[in-house]
Amino acid sequence: METLIISVTIFVLAVVIGFEIITKIPPTLHTPLMSGSNAISGISVVGALVAAGAGKDEMAAYIGLGALILATINVVGGFLVTHRMLSMFKRKN
Amino acid sequence: MQQNLVNAAYLAASVLFILGLKGLTSPRTALRGNLLGATGMLIAVAATLLVRQIVSFELILVGIAIGSVVGVVAALKVPLTAMPELVALFNGFGGGASALVAAAAVLSPAMIGDVSRIQMYTAGVASAIIGAATLTGSVIAWAKLQGMLSMQPRGGVLHTINFVCIAGALGSGIYYALDPEALWVFWTLISVAALYGVLFTVPVGGADMPVVIALLNSASGLAAASTGFVLSNNVLIISGSLVGASGFILTEIMCRAMNRSLWDVLSGNLGDSIGSSTDDVYQGRVKSASADEAALILEAARSVTIVPGYGMAVAQAQHAVRDLARRLQKNGTRIRYGIHPVAGRMPGHMNVLLAEADVPYDELFDMDQINPTFAQTDVVIVLGANDVVNPAARDDPNSPIAGMPILDVDKAQTVMIIKRSLSPGFAGIPNRLFAADNTLMLFGDGEKVVRELLAALDE
Repeated sequence: METLIISVTIFVLAVVIGFEIITKIPPTLHTPLMSGSNAISGISVVGALVAAGAGKDEMAAYIGLGALILATINVVGGFLVTHRMLSMFKRKN
Repeated sequence: MQQNLVNAAYLAASVLFILGLKGLTSPRTALRGNLLGATGMLIAVAATLLVRQIVSFELILVGIAIGSVVGVVAALKVPLTAMPELVALFNGFGGGASALVAAAAVLSPAMIGDVSRIQMYTAGVASAIIGAATLTGSVIAWAKLQGMLSMQPRGGVLHTINFVCIAGALGSGIYYALDPEALWVFWTLISVAALYGVLFTVPVGGADMPVVIALLNSASGLAAASTGFVLSNNVLIISGSLVGASGFILTEIMCRAMNRSLWDVLSGNLGDSIGSSTDDVYQGRVKSASADEAALILEAARSVTIVPGYGMAVAQAQHAVRDLARRLQKNGTRIRYGIHPVAGRMPGHMNVLLAEADVPYDELFDMDQINPTFAQTDVVIVLGANDVVNPAARDDPNSPIAGMPILDVDKAQTVMIIKRSLSPGFAGIPNRLFAADNTLMLFGDGEKVVRELLAALDE
């Protein structure tokens, strides 16, 4: 029960921080915001690593492998494509 | 000890994610922000490999290798015009990964730390439902953006099926949380949620796509946060809720910019197209102009504002538009770009296209900034936008799009509209702007017309 309360506390605080920051992001950057934040949501890669590497349950390991592939595409592709987009945003000389 | 080290690394990663998002509040710091986020991810992954439950690395190497290759190729090879598709697909992968992690965890609870069973199974169910629906919904969104599925909005019988799906997913979710031995229920609920993802995306029309992509973005974050509750892992909870909040805000902004509720978007509801018929609005009042005539007016203009829409993306006209703008700037004309929040198929779509064409971002203005300037603007060039410049939204309370915030281009001295024909936009209603006294229609393909204007200016 105690872990749940701590988790919920963290969840609520993170949502508040998210709202505070995201509302300040200008519309020009909304696409990079989506691709960049999406790369961050690939954080489930952390869980996928444990699932794929725990080596206890074969079924769980292969599901973990599937998760790991999807999450890695999400993370690597997401940060990279965001970088590619952002490097095109230039000011007038 | 080791676990403390891992937790400290997760904390560092969370802080880097927050700072990374903060970097996105200005184009000047955005690139660095993205790098901070990527660094955070690297730290989180490296620390996880130290976790004691991880004993075999074969599958991990395989997974990371495949994922990295696909990710790098997708990120570098996909043309920027296909960004909405790519972003939609990545959202889906994120959601799918979270759902699969939750599935692995409920199958093999050994990988989970100190979590009560009820928390684990409830969060697992939530993650599975949200993640699976995000995955299939994103794939449908991708197929629609690719043109493989129709962009026509539709409602009707799908509604009822959708309700059945939600009820089915929730019902089996509750059943499973109470009886975790019944694994078949878990698979049933994943399948039903996946079906729901398909069914909720299929009815959505093309111009509503930005809302759906933002919503899927939010869902991919919520799925990650739920998985964080399953594993009692703070970095997942923090990152997931940051992304959930971000996508939710974007969804809000997009809905407000169309004056439509999320419900209307998801159910494919468009206002009833009563109001005036095309003939009443246009009869004999539409003036078309040649490139030469338009070039004469542009030559004399001191200020020109360009309003791009999805049509610019379709015609791939952003480079031609930039050339035209530079040509006019050489003339001493002040150039601005006015961008409606829902122009295009995803939030910020036009900005990315114009950035690709080397248009500096300080020439781009959003709706609130640009609207006060139209009354002092000599010429507005509307390229591939329709409903977002329709004055009926502002002036005609009976219009199906009444109340939608628009760009007030009709207040400029001259409005040039580059368009293939007088066909209506997404809302299916005629646009009085096309028949206004100060409007000139330049009929033709966007790219071609802009090039003709350039040639005429150079003569």
